[in-house]
Amino acid sequence: MTVAGSIGIVAVIAVVLLLGIPLGGYLHRVFTGARSWFEPVFDPFERLLYKLVGVNQSVRMDWKAYLRALMLVNFMMMIFAYLIFRLQGMLPLNPDHIPGMSWDLAFNTAASFITNTNWQNYAGEQSMSYLGQTLAITYLQFTSAATGFVAAIAFVRGLTANRSDSIGNFWVDFIKIHTRVLLPLAIAFAVLLVGLGVPQTLLGAQTAHTLQGGTQIISRGPVASLEAIKQIGTNGGGFFNANSAHPFEDPTAFTSVLEMVAMGVISVALIAVFGKFVANRRQARVLYVFLTTILLVGAFVVYANEAAGNPLVHQALGIAGPNMEGKEWRFGPALSSVFVAMTTAFTTGAVSSMHDSLMPLSGLVPFLFMMFNLIFGGKGVGLLNIVMFLIITVFLSGLMVGRTPEIFGKKIEAREIKLATVAMLVHPFFILVPTAIAVATKAGTSSILNPGLHGFSEVLYAFTSAAANNGSAFAGLNGNTVFYNVSLGIVMLLGRYVSIIAMFAIAGSLAKKAVIPASAGTLKTDTFAFGAVFVAVFVIVGALTFFPALAIGPIGEQLQMLSRLAGH
Amino acid sequence: MINLWRSLRFTIVFAVLLGLLYPLLITGIGNLLFPWQAQGSMVVWRGRVVGSELIAQQTTVPWLFHPRPSAVDYAGNASGGSNLGPTNPALIAEIRRNLHVVERQNPGVTVSSIPTEMVESSGSGLDPDISIPDALIQLPRVARASGLSRSYLAGLIARYTQGRVLGIWGEPMVNVMRLNMAIVRRTGR
Repeated sequence: MTVAGSIGIVAVIAVVLLLGIPLGGYLHRVFTGARSWFEPVFDPFERLLYKLVGVNQSVRMDWKAYLRALMLVNFMMMIFAYLIFRLQGMLPLNPDHIPGMSWDLAFNTAASFITNTNWQNYAGEQSMSYLGQTLAITYLQFTSAATGFVAAIAFVRGLTANRSDSIGNFWVDFIKIHTRVLLPLAIAFAVLLVGLGVPQTLLGAQTAHTLQGGTQIISRGPVASLEAIKQIGTNGGGFFNANSAHPFEDPTAFTSVLEMVAMGVISVALIAVFGKFVANRRQARVLYVFLTTILLVGAFVVYANEAAGNPLVHQALGIAGPNMEGKEWRFGPALSSVFVAMTTAFTTGAVSSMHDSLMPLSGLVPFLFMMFNLIFGGKGVGLLNIVMFLIITVFLSGLMVGRTPEIFGKKIEAREIKLATVAMLVHPFFILVPTAIAVATKAGTSSILNPGLHGFSEVLYAFTSAAANNGSAFAGLNGNTVFYNVSLGIVMLLGRYVSIIAMFAIAGSLAKKAVIPASAGTLKTDTFAFGAVFVAVFVIVGALTFFPALAIGPIGEQLQMLSRLAGH
Repeated sequence: MINLWRSLRFTIVFAVLLGLLYPLLITGIGNLLFPWQAQGSMVVWRGRVVGSELIAQQTTVPWLFHPRPSAVDYAGNASGGSNLGPTNPALIAEIRRNLHVVERQNPGVTVSSIPTEMVESSGSGLDPDISIPDALIQLPRVARASGLSRSYLAGLIARYTQGRVLGIWGEPMVNVMRLNMAIVRRTGR
């Protein structure tokens, strides 16, 4: 570890917070209907879009109507993307003559991008036409982020409503997040990325005659427009197979920092939005302190292990230094490490180094962050998970101290607890059960690259990433088989929508309740003591459900490595 | 039914807006403002594209600097890392092979002075940069084979060295394509 590297890690996270928290104020104004300075631009543009889509702005929706519209449009967009992937070989904008995808790969990819997961069983430069990259991939990278975002906003409205049915108008929210947040940010970021070296062209691959007389085919394409929303929307699905390790996606250390900032700001901002909606800034502050601390600890655990390097390599070959396998030199060990932590905390899933080649204990960090799924978390769904665990923490603490559980003035009753428990339990269920099936079958194990316990980690990582809608991979696993395409596709869909449905049902039932004024008997949720209990609850729940699997995977591999060192 | 119709309209309208108009807008602005970067930072020499400044290419001749090892043989259309895990014996074998190549090509180098980034494969397989120690290990070989003086090459490395961004982000590095183009221009090969 170096001083510069450590300062660099802290600086990245500090920049994310410094930009994200003020952005929260802007987002809150957008979703409470406040006018913006750019109203003369936004307003006519939105009116045009409402007209084209057929939206009546004045309609209020209850949770069921809101959810129905959300699910329906997601389903429609998934079908649309599926058709593009199947037919891209016959469609225009395909200078490199890439054929259509098989049914299972097209299903997996459509499920992956509609759920904001961006798990990729295909290599972009080999299996995706420019039309697929723009009209399907870039498109869904906007709308899937928007879906998670408006789900969180609608949930918070339900949480703070007083004896009401309405949680807003889905179509208005869904269009506004595009016109007022995602599209302006993406345009600015994409142009900046082009200036810093990310290609943006419709010309096909370039054949180069190399300096020593060989030839090299260099893939390129409309990369910057995808890259911008890939990060801003916490999507993570890359244009190229190597993702943000590819110099065309992430050409310098500076662009890597920008990409991390882009993936973090909106998730960070959402906590501030939440604080403003519940009119309690202390609540937001408590969450910021605990979540940032966990993120920092995670980043430094990765950095310490990567900077120390691989002791087996040192022992066998006599060379010493950081673990650089699967890493890019322009990022070095420090920036690569903080990227590992951030991409799994914010459930982006972009990678600037190959996670499969991380040291065992470094690999533990992305596992844990995806299993918690709330260290800020992905666009919107991170906040939903945070509130779900707040509800469970309120309930448990209420039981312990003998107080009626309530949160933000709403009584928590049997119905809410049942739904929150469902939302909580589906996550481990969709990870552990499919992993067990995969490691017990030939179809599952034949895709593994690395031998031993690390091979088990590859499978566990795949289903964890799918259920958490993350998208990063221990990419040695060959996922492009019917078994993994179908099973991972289903896990991504269930991992996304089951918890959204359960949380919407909670929002619906909370919205109807009257707000009870806080009294001396109210359990305060905005204290650091409560924050500590909140962390303890999700860590213990995570540890208990996932510990056996992690013991077989990364923890077991670490012990194996140590015993091999001692054996010599 | 009304929702179904509206969903269909949304899907089409926003596909055109976000999936076509937005990428085309960026393509237009990008090529107007930054035409070289937008097309992939291609390097032209004697009227031919010889590669991209951002993409490492297969280089084995002794008179040029070599990029970091690639798990995909520097395929510019098939990026990727080895994905070998830290306890996989194949990883040790791969690094050993790379180590032998460095030792053979740069006689006199001591193993303990070889940095890990010089023998461990990059994440993309196309890493365009090398570390300063890596470049300095290659310097005597390049000097011998190219006929350029050591001091000239040392000056070249110093000139093209890029430090950490703001002193904290990244690592000191030198771009292999820039180094090699300088050698090509100087020697006229």
